[in-house]
Amino acid sequence: MEDSFIKALSEIVGAQYTLSDPESLACYGYDSTPELQSRPGVVVLPGNSEEIARVMALCEGAGVRVTPRGSGTNLSGGSISFDSGVVLQTSRMNRILEIDEENLTATVETGVITSTLHREVEAKGLFYPPDPGSMNISTMGGNVAENSGGLRGLKYGVTDDYVMGLKTILANGEILKTGGKVVKDVAGYNLNQLLVSSEGTLGVFSEITVKLIPKPQTKKTMLVHFPQLEQAALTVSHIIAARIIPATLEFLDRTTIKCVEDYAHVGLPLDVDAVLLIEVDGHPAQVEEDAAGIRSICERHHCSFFQTAASTEEALKLATARRVALSALARVRPTTILEDATVPRSCIAPMVKLIQDTAKKYDLLIGTFGHAGDGNLHPTCLTDERNPDEIKRAHQAFGEIFEATIAMGGTITGEHGVGVAKKKYLPKLVGESGLKVMRGIKGAFDPRGILNPGKIF
Amino acid sequence: MDFVKLINCMRCGMCLPHCPTYKETFLETASPRGRVALVRKFQEGELVESEKFLEYVSLCLDCQACASACPCGVNAGELVAEFRCERKQEQGLSTMEDLILRKLVPHPDRLEAATAPLRLYQRTGLQKVVRSLGLLKVFPAALERMEGLLPKLPEAPLRQTINEVTPAVGEQKGTVGFFLGCVMSLIFSEASLATVELLSSLGYKVVTPKDQKCCGAPNMLGHDIDGLKEAARFNTDLFQSQQLDFVVTDCGGCGAELKKYGHHLDGEAAATAFSTKVRDISEILATEAGTLKEKLKPLPLKVTYHDPCHIAHCQGIRSQPRALINLIPGIDFRELPEADACCGSAGTYNIEKPEMSDRVLSRKVQNVQKTGADYLVTSNPGCLLQLKKALSEANPPVKVIHLTELLQMSLNA
Repeated sequence: MEDSFIKALSEIVGAQYTLSDPESLACYGYDSTPELQSRPGVVVLPGNSEEIARVMALCEGAGVRVTPRGSGTNLSGGSISFDSGVVLQTSRMNRILEIDEENLTATVETGVITSTLHREVEAKGLFYPPDPGSMNISTMGGNVAENSGGLRGLKYGVTDDYVMGLKTILANGEILKTGGKVVKDVAGYNLNQLLVSSEGTLGVFSEITVKLIPKPQTKKTMLVHFPQLEQAALTVSHIIAARIIPATLEFLDRTTIKCVEDYAHVGLPLDVDAVLLIEVDGHPAQVEEDAAGIRSICERHHCSFFQTAASTEEALKLATARRVALSALARVRPTTILEDATVPRSCIAPMVKLIQDTAKKYDLLIGTFGHAGDGNLHPTCLTDERNPDEIKRAHQAFGEIFEATIAMGGTITGEHGVGVAKKKYLPKLVGESGLKVMRGIKGAFDPRGILNPGKIF
Repeated sequence: MDFVKLINCMRCGMCLPHCPTYKETFLETASPRGRVALVRKFQEGELVESEKFLEYVSLCLDCQACASACPCGVNAGELVAEFRCERKQEQGLSTMEDLILRKLVPHPDRLEAATAPLRLYQRTGLQKVVRSLGLLKVFPAALERMEGLLPKLPEAPLRQTINEVTPAVGEQKGTVGFFLGCVMSLIFSEASLATVELLSSLGYKVVTPKDQKCCGAPNMLGHDIDGLKEAARFNTDLFQSQQLDFVVTDCGGCGAELKKYGHHLDGEAAATAFSTKVRDISEILATEAGTLKEKLKPLPLKVTYHDPCHIAHCQGIRSQPRALINLIPGIDFRELPEADACCGSAGTYNIEKPEMSDRVLSRKVQNVQKTGADYLVTSNPGCLLQLKKALSEANPPVKVIHLTELLQMSLNA
């Protein structure tokens, strides 16, 4: 990166927010994706929309590539600059601009941390449901760019169900405003929804307006053990078929149960195939009725243990097994490869079985947990990056798992994004025509191809 | 350094919202994840120990909040400290470090003698004169800062005045060794006296060996691992030669270090046995909650609690101090927002990195004020020093006391 260019950037955002020392570059060369790293040429931390616009205009003029980055919790390499370009770090833009209690919306700057928004709106009796696993550090801009999901997706949907308006800085520095506080809006293409999950390739968000809903009055948490995987999976399908939509319907497989028990000693049995964590929320009467319905479905499917939390503390205790799943798995081996294959929820049982068979075939340790109610599973391969042979087998295994996912009518990523990690599987999923349309859209937004190049396709 | 400890970091970023320096700067280089990456890149030969490099790693408070937050069990704070210890072993101690860490700190008599002029300085009224004339402005900033932090010192260090054996009141249920922290003895002797009184009133015979030495935490702070080992060996031998059920301390920093003697001495049997006997005072008192409750009298105070890093993050003690405060009838306990975030004291950090220390401290002060409490309770001398000064200057001022002082107040109310 030329000194004169770095100087020009620092004139826009200030010298202290323009980082080019080797130490800083090393620290902005990764996100949460295993194995992937690449040092950017320079890092800038703009403080407002205007500065982002000027940075973009400068970069487009010079043909320098830009990768937007929130808190670097991306799991598909999406926030890594692979061509020594500019990393545009949004963490300074962290103000909640407005919570509009009349229109039930919140408008935030792009770098606001998701759980900060949760806290602020819940204090006013309101609710912003998307709760990705990284919500305590992920930014709202990153959530929109990746269309993040979370544990409450089954009942409440994911980020794009809540995005109402965006202020986006385009590649050439122009500011694009889409949507707003109106509930209905059919004026032209739905650019809002197009920008959600664009993975930083179409523009840089600077402000986001999201929909809020009333906070559920009450909730009930249940933990259920199943000796047989098929019965657990059937339970999931039958709960939905019984028109009960829990807020959370989470699944842990046998390998995960063992790791959780070894690590947290929460009293899980080691001889069961699956554990489901179920949470229903809403009006107290509805919650009682749903919980009773769920209990009878679980019993019909031969659960070996059914526990309902009597208090908030007990609910937290029951949820521990699911909450610590990733930690428990991550401690077993140094490198943790976490995927998010997603299938129609009726395919949960065959999918889990296939993952287990594939792990055996490639002699790998894979634990599976995840959002069973959404069909969104997290097969997690426990490996060691210093063992190239095992890493190779892990990638082969995931290749097979993704093919099977596509064959079942599923998708290669439910909530982590394509980034670079899943690029090679995308053509199989969307086909030539899908890619052609996506490239056309990319060209319309960013003709010089400077925004997060090399991601998605 | 064990390379596996570095590659265990999966860069998930869960540590970031818990790191005081990240929360102040939003910079990856000031985050635990960033520091692990820096040390790893150094080990891999991709980075050298430049001035910037040292500046980034030394910004770590070593509060270990990151360790509490890490899903995969990485302790970034400890890794950074370990890295700096290794570098120090290669480079050797400076003359000043040798003087302080080897010739002063491990010798309680010298340490006490060195602080004697301070006592004189306060008692003769010289302090008032110096302060009113603004004479400290001519001293180096670090010295002025240190002087400002100093509360009124006790007449004599507790180590000199305490009885070596304090008998149990009533039927004796056990014998505990009391590990007297240097700063507790030199500055907060009243709190340590309260600790001994509480223990003896609950039926413990308290043995306080006068020969005990500094726990070695300052050596760890100065990255002098050999000095630390020496301290560990000495104290292990001293306490293991007595018949003790537990070794109790009311200093969070000492407790954290003593519990790691086994680790520091590479698993030596005596050190490990010693470490397993070590208890923070709140751990012992919490097991006596029933008996204690009967003795406590009402205190109509609004109280909040600050978790010292060395208690919460290093020793995992969080519920016991709160439970003990709530034993006191009539107390209005208010949970402190971000209670387990560092106060910025962090050993000598507040002298070495005053700017960042002040930023971290000011966040703590704001949080304390949100509670509306009259008293802040904590249990580590570093936090006491830092918070006593800051909260006495706050509006309205908040009193800062050690946990055992609060319990003693209730006992004698």
